[in-house]
Amino acid sequence: MDFAIQRCCVTPMYLKSYDSSTDAVLRALGIGFVDIKGFNCCGYPLKDIDLKAFVLASARNLCLAEKSDLNVMTFCNCCYESLKEANHLLREDESIKRGINEKLMKEDLKYGGSTKVRHLLEVLYNDVGLEALKEKVTMPFKGLKIAVHYGCHILRPRQLVQFDDPGTAKVFDQLVQITGAEIVPWEAQLDCCGAPVWGIDDDLSMDLTQKKIRDARQSGADFICVACAYCQLQFDRVQRMLLSKRGEDKGLPSILFTQLLGLSLGVDSKALGIDQNELDAMGIKHFLSSEESPIQLSVV
Amino acid sequence: MFFSICLYTALSIFLLGLFWKISTWFRYSVGPGSREIKTSKRLFAAIKGSILTILSPKVLTLLKVFVLDVLFQRRIFIESRLRWLMHMCIYGGFMLLLLMHALEHFITITLFPDYASTLNPFLFLRTLFGLIVMLGLGISFYRRHILKIPRLINNAMDHYMVIILAVIMISGFLLEGTKIVSHTRYQEMVEDWSDVDDEESFEALESYWVEKFGVVSPDLEGPFDEETLDLGKELHETNCEACHSRPQWAFISYGVAKIVSPLAVSMDKADVHTILWSLHFLACFVGLAYLPFSRMFHIIAGPLSLLANSVMDRKRSDRANIATRQVMEMDACTHCGACSLHCSVGVLFEQMQNVNILPSEKMASVKRFTANRTAKEGDIKHIQEGLYLCTNCCKCTLVCPVGINLQDLWFDMRETFIQDGHPEVFTLSTLSFYRGLRKDELNEKDYEKPLQQASQALAEECGLFDSVDTPIDLGSLDESFEKDLRTSAQGSTFSFCFTCTTCTSACPVALNYDDPPNVLGLTPHQIMRATAIGLPDLIFRSKMLWTCLGCYQCQEACPQGVRVTDILYALKNMAIRRVKEKT
Repeated sequence: MDFAIQRCCVTPMYLKSYDSSTDAVLRALGIGFVDIKGFNCCGYPLKDIDLKAFVLASARNLCLAEKSDLNVMTFCNCCYESLKEANHLLREDESIKRGINEKLMKEDLKYGGSTKVRHLLEVLYNDVGLEALKEKVTMPFKGLKIAVHYGCHILRPRQLVQFDDPGTAKVFDQLVQITGAEIVPWEAQLDCCGAPVWGIDDDLSMDLTQKKIRDARQSGADFICVACAYCQLQFDRVQRMLLSKRGEDKGLPSILFTQLLGLSLGVDSKALGIDQNELDAMGIKHFLSSEESPIQLSVV
Repeated sequence: MFFSICLYTALSIFLLGLFWKISTWFRYSVGPGSREIKTSKRLFAAIKGSILTILSPKVLTLLKVFVLDVLFQRRIFIESRLRWLMHMCIYGGFMLLLLMHALEHFITITLFPDYASTLNPFLFLRTLFGLIVMLGLGISFYRRHILKIPRLINNAMDHYMVIILAVIMISGFLLEGTKIVSHTRYQEMVEDWSDVDDEESFEALESYWVEKFGVVSPDLEGPFDEETLDLGKELHETNCEACHSRPQWAFISYGVAKIVSPLAVSMDKADVHTILWSLHFLACFVGLAYLPFSRMFHIIAGPLSLLANSVMDRKRSDRANIATRQVMEMDACTHCGACSLHCSVGVLFEQMQNVNILPSEKMASVKRFTANRTAKEGDIKHIQEGLYLCTNCCKCTLVCPVGINLQDLWFDMRETFIQDGHPEVFTLSTLSFYRGLRKDELNEKDYEKPLQQASQALAEECGLFDSVDTPIDLGSLDESFEKDLRTSAQGSTFSFCFTCTTCTSACPVALNYDDPPNVLGLTPHQIMRATAIGLPDLIFRSKMLWTCLGCYQCQEACPQGVRVTDILYALKNMAIRRVKEKT
């Protein structure tokens, strides 16, 4: 079944490569997706301001997807958690649902609750499956060390998102291993990237990012790998500002999982937008081996 | 005489308006930085920029955009086929009428020396073009009033131009219809153009015209005998046919003629066609004079906006030219509502009741503000709030049919507002992430100022416990505050807290500082405690609340199942509501 794809508000302006690399990977894997024209913001940035406004924004997308009889797939953790939270609130809280339906009625939309919210990683792991993915990897990486950054909202709140166990999460690690890359254990793995306070308290935001970067570097990683638009902007664009502001000479480039996977699937790096990363990530191509080599799958 | 006076008056107003409007492009400014650039500098930069662009390979881009986006309106086509059809009908039909009909003495006669407005194909084409315009106007009415496109708001300006156009078209058809039936007009023509001189011939020709051309004569009425009609036909062929096709070709006006024919004689006496003639021309002149001041001005500013945006780039183009372009872009806006339809947060309008959330309305407000900087305090706050409620997703820019870079306009306008000293508490929300991403474009002081102002406004509003040494007055505890929180399932969990400090130990913000309570005001567990006691002021002004990442570490760690993060979100909502209500 096709998915209605929820794109993140930050991508058209600041992170086009996430759109293009996701599209390329989904096509390469034969996963069908539809861009519903009327989709709006998931409501995440409005959570601070007005809970009802946030739920309304999410609900509208859920209703639009429901109207097309599709499930929603996101590639951003914040969109993922927000849509799930709204979906949950609408199912559990009759008064919220009534209020929202009154507002959406004008557009001939009604929340019924049949739409499921899925993260791209979830779709790859559960629907496509590791074995099938492995078969499609034609250019596995060799000797590439990756610090996997899950991001907060794909794991927490656990009861709500139910993606993986926050303490011993392994889904993302296994997906990265499929590409032939090695994963490095690092202490700060499950900490926040700092993006939510960027623009509010930049010093705090940079402190958090810096701590993560340093830890990942010390663990021997060549790249950080993320699957969230906000995390990527934080580790890429904001890290660039951080490096010049704080005089750090060495950073650690971050790569989107769709870019990483895309390369190993043999997708053209131009389509993956790797040259658009603000911290040079082109070096990752040196780790690609063109020969097929068997990948040892180990559970971390 | 009357005609000439009206024409020249309208033309003068049009030209003066045009000059005045274009001058505003160089005089008004949008962003905080553009105010310092002098008008003369902007004018020279524009001339220099235009010449250099035309002489560079970029001219090919301009050409491409001119053909695809200006002439064929590709962007409207992508946005909506129905809108494209509507716009093509109005713009195409009207342009053809303007060139062939209104400027007949200058254009059509030069191209076709045998031209006569009453001769085919011109007679037929005039009706056809008119019909096309009417079709366009009909679609416009259908879209705005029947189709009910979400968030499409109609203002007076949207109606004026449609009404003027409709008056021009309808008066034109009525005028032609009354002319067809008019006996006076028929007689004038016979006198001016024919060499018929005897009574019998007059009657025969008139009979023929009554029978075949729809003229309504006060003296003659059918049926006529064959012989008279044959003679009439002969006379018609020698005297009239060279300049007159059958009026049936002007099928709409002919229909009008048939409908009004019972009244034709009295209408002719009352000189109705002169009244309609005056109405037709006056409507044209009013349209012309009003053009620079109405949204119709987009026929000049729209193409310029499309062309300028195709070759300009914020990073490389002259800042003076960017400043000029941004003012010009506002004139290009047609208030078509495409931006509001696709806006990522447009749906919020249903919840937050601020019309400035919608880009199309934001544009109208910003335009008014740019023209006179003396908006009312309340209006300014409204516009500022609307400007901040934006996720910078760029959709409005991508769909704008006249290619306005709305994204940059909002960025610059937002800075103008928040720098001018109106504290905006929304700057303490995640919406500031987008402002942070463009930090490079702002200087450090300007960047920090709005954030400090917002924190200060919060501290002032929530000033109950200004000093740590002041004992808490039990009478000032807010019981309704606690009740508010209890209404939601997640909010009510705060009462399970036994202040074990696990949340604070898990909080990456608290962990970032050596002395968290001092830096943050309160730590997460203290916020839970303060919530239970009923001390909103203490919470709302604490830095902890506004630097909460929403990472859910605290909530996951809580042994009591307190939804700490959700409560912090709810508290932020309450704080923002309180400040917004007060200011």
